[in-house]
Amino acid sequence: MSAGYHIVVCGGIVPDPLQTLEPVQGPAGWGLKNELMLPAILDPWAGHALFEAANLAKNVPGSKVWLVSMGPKAKLQQVMMTIAQKVPFELVVLDGPASGFADAHETGAALAEAIAAIPGLDTSKLLVFGGWQSASRGAGATMQVIGEKLGIFEQFQGVDKLEVLADGALRVLERVEGGSYQDSVVSGAPAVFGWATGELPEPPNNPQVGMQNMRLVMPALQKAKPVKLEKGPEYSGVQIPSQKRETRVVKDAPVDQIAKEIVDWLSA
Amino acid sequence: MDTLRTLPGDDVRQIMWRFTDRYDIQMVVQSARSLARGLVARLVAEGARKTHEWTDHKAQLLEAFDTSGLTALFMDPHQGGFIDGPKNLALALVAFELAWVDAGAATCSLATNLALAPIHERGTTEQRDEYMGRCVPPLPGEDRAPFRGAFALTEPLPYVGVETNTLVGKLRVAKWEEGEEPILQVDKRGRFITGMDFANFATCAVDTDDPRIKSSCIVIVEDTDPGLFDRGAPTLKMVHQLSSTRDPVFNLQVPASRIVGGYTVKDGVIVPNFTHSEIIGAVFHRTRVPVALMTTAKLLSAVEPVIRYQRQRFRGGDASEPGTSKYELGLQAKPDSVLRLVDIWAAGEAGASLGFATARLFDQLDPTEKEKDRVFAERGVCGAKSQLTALRKVEKQAIEYLQMEAAPTRDEARFAELGQDTLVRFALLESLANILCPACKLWNTGNGANVMREALALMGGYGITEDCPGFLFYKWTDAQLEATYEGPEAVQRRQLSITMTNEVFLARLRIIIDQFMALGESKPETGAAVVAKGLALWLWTIEFLHRAKDPSGARLYHNRRQNVTFPMADALCWLMASYCQIGDVMELAEKGPENAVVAEGLEGTLGFFTDLSLVQAARAAGEASRVCASMVYGFGPQAAEELDAFDALRSQLDRSMAGAALAKDRAAQALTQVMIPEALDYPL
Ligand SMILES: Cc1cc2nc3c(=O)[nH]c(=O)nc-3n(C[C@H](O)[C@H](O)[C@H](O)COP(=O)(O)OP(=O)(O)OC[C@H]3O[C@@H](n4cnc5c(N)ncnc54)[C@H](O)[C@@H]3O)c2cc1C
Repeated sequence: MSAGYHIVVCGGIVPDPLQTLEPVQGPAGWGLKNELMLPAILDPWAGHALFEAANLAKNVPGSKVWLVSMGPKAKLQQVMMTIAQKVPFELVVLDGPASGFADAHETGAALAEAIAAIPGLDTSKLLVFGGWQSASRGAGATMQVIGEKLGIFEQFQGVDKLEVLADGALRVLERVEGGSYQDSVVSGAPAVFGWATGELPEPPNNPQVGMQNMRLVMPALQKAKPVKLEKGPEYSGVQIPSQKRETRVVKDAPVDQIAKEIVDWLSA
Repeated sequence: MDTLRTLPGDDVRQIMWRFTDRYDIQMVVQSARSLARGLVARLVAEGARKTHEWTDHKAQLLEAFDTSGLTALFMDPHQGGFIDGPKNLALALVAFELAWVDAGAATCSLATNLALAPIHERGTTEQRDEYMGRCVPPLPGEDRAPFRGAFALTEPLPYVGVETNTLVGKLRVAKWEEGEEPILQVDKRGRFITGMDFANFATCAVDTDDPRIKSSCIVIVEDTDPGLFDRGAPTLKMVHQLSSTRDPVFNLQVPASRIVGGYTVKDGVIVPNFTHSEIIGAVFHRTRVPVALMTTAKLLSAVEPVIRYQRQRFRGGDASEPGTSKYELGLQAKPDSVLRLVDIWAAGEAGASLGFATARLFDQLDPTEKEKDRVFAERGVCGAKSQLTALRKVEKQAIEYLQMEAAPTRDEARFAELGQDTLVRFALLESLANILCPACKLWNTGNGANVMREALALMGGYGITEDCPGFLFYKWTDAQLEATYEGPEAVQRRQLSITMTNEVFLARLRIIIDQFMALGESKPETGAAVVAKGLALWLWTIEFLHRAKDPSGARLYHNRRQNVTFPMADALCWLMASYCQIGDVMELAEKGPENAVVAEGLEGTLGFFTDLSLVQAARAAGEASRVCASMVYGFGPQAAEELDAFDALRSQLDRSMAGAALAKDRAAQALTQVMIPEALDYPL
């Protein structure tokens, strides 16, 4: 395809996973303790989607990447200071909740509406990228909803590889059980891809790339549309998975010994 | 009452350190941070600091600086950089971010900038564009390696150190054909030269050894110049091992166009446009600020690992069960551990406020200084001495401007006229920069090193093992180098002992005292009144020291009397740091509510920072008061009226500290509640 793709990446922001996350019930429903104050990052799955999108756009001339993100505006701006340095894209902002407790259906609908409203977007060239899951919710439903709302029924989830074939068809590897892949070919755009980890490493930060992106990022943040989601599901109880850390710090342990201990632990 | 809920994030820092609207700087910060907590932390964890040699392992840093944009940060856009205008704040923040993990890496990143600084400050336009341009990493499609530099001022035995007036390095005319550019012979041995392992060029301070060269100067040598470019032996240093340091030997021939700032030929003599000391003054002015902030970054970086250690101290053993206070709070159940951490945090805040205020001031000073040079050139005022004389003449107007600025009403036309006068503006900025720059270099590093020792002590035995999280041991020892290089502590004190009696500065100080007295009345919780009283006592003592004599009849305030001038310089540093700290807290109070993220939890954050300011103000005023008392009484006996006047001021100061200990209790209590991340974001 000579004219390239219009790749729209959907990516939310999530609290930096190093933070202590503690669910608390506030006046507006469930949330995380001090959520707004915690440092945020781009959702890691969406991050993979974005890096793959940028790479695809680089290799297929005439392509363009948009990043569509819903989140509190001020928080998004902070995250953009890093993300904008990594790859070129144009930002579309929805000023709304990024909480993992917001309803996936509502979120998907708002994002689909924002995508449909992107000026100059050609749906015949449209590839919608996003995370297969997200670090805040893991519902695995948002991308599907977006696709349905946009009328795109070619959908792939848990994608690790996307290849443009000589005839313009797209070959997709989706994760299935037991570490295997489902290998599919779709004739071309439009399609939805929920990415797993992809194949590309995180690009280093480069303020020079960032400076170019920021020319569009700042106006996008300024004219962000406020979005109010309908009240989602009622949660009768919320709790973080109980975890038990048994970390030992052992220096200079031989690899064989580490492996043996892990095997012993697994088979215990 | 709400208390500090999480450790302060970027949103809070951007307000306090005033770069909320500078996206370019915010990105640079993120870029430096990910490099620091990624590659730099890995290098340290993998033991890269255990050798004196510059290894391939360490050399990964250079490429990482290039790809993350840090190398090009110093340059202007037309030279291949990406930030237009002065970059002192940006460079300071980068040093801060890198030193948060390892200050040697920070120094390594700044070394080429230090080499470029003489060219940047006083080089000709051609020199600037050429060398800055060559130091930018190759752009896509370009096939070249980035140029790297070293700055060679200090020399080996018998003059080991930085005697900036006596140089052993020599410059002679090697060849000078009629009508052609002279070829110079550079003979320089360097000692402790940072970046020397990979430098392609060095900016060397040399003295004239030839009647055909008028004065000392700084000259650029390159590794491809004919002659000897010997990198020399590595320094066997015990700190900052992630930067390279060697004792090079240069014996090279270079064209005279390599004299930084150019030269003129007068009666057959090469007259450099700038002597080496004129250039060095301008260079160290700027480069000392990031160094100051390197030590500060360490103090603030120690907070999180210390809290984690304190809380988890008793977990995992038989000694405590989940749910007990011993298990949940660990050492934080005991007041002393958190109270001491408050001191460390408060000192870190004050250092950061002082350092970043200085960096911002230089961002203002840079364009004004250029403007001043242009004005002087137009008026035919050349040479450092005549500039100084001309500037002294505008001091009165600068003071007039300050007084008008502080007054409730004024003659607006006159005020505007003075405000637009380049020389007045320059005198105002310069008089403050001449205090803040040596103050932050001296106080942040010297006092910072002492405070860092306390942070280590809070880690108990952990602190002095290689497993100490956050590399605190390295940070402590590294701090000593920061207090040493670019002029040891004595050099900063000496500069302050001269600049702190500048009339423009003293006039400003009087205004600050008034303003802080008023602030202290409306907001006693900030500690503004404590700082005001401390400054008032200091000012009184300085005036006293100028009029008083010791029993032998000798003047007290005298250049040679470092037992007077140096302690007074130290006392001023403590107070200026507190002054800047309170300014940053006021900024947060004013701008915090405008930012949705900061507004959430602002009451607690602000309350905590306010408590820290009061704690630090009381500490600073206490130091100043002790120093002033030792001056007034220590060289006595003095007249009873003098002593009475002093005692009255001092007791007012003591009384202004009401509530400071309660503030410390509150801050300590907050440290037992604050949320910290699950794990440190860089490895052991
Ligand atoms: C790792 C490292 C890297 C370095 N990198 C560079 C570099 O890249 N380029 C470069 O040119 N230099 C470099 N240096 C040199 C550094 O700048 C000097 O070592 C430093 O400024 C201290 O000078 P000094 O060792 O001569 O101490 P001295 O000047 O000998 O001072 C020693 C002590 O004498 C006293 N003293 C000194 N002067 C006075 C005074 N006027 N009044 C009263 N007391 C005084 C003080 O107690 C002072 O602490 C580096 C040094 C190190 C250790």
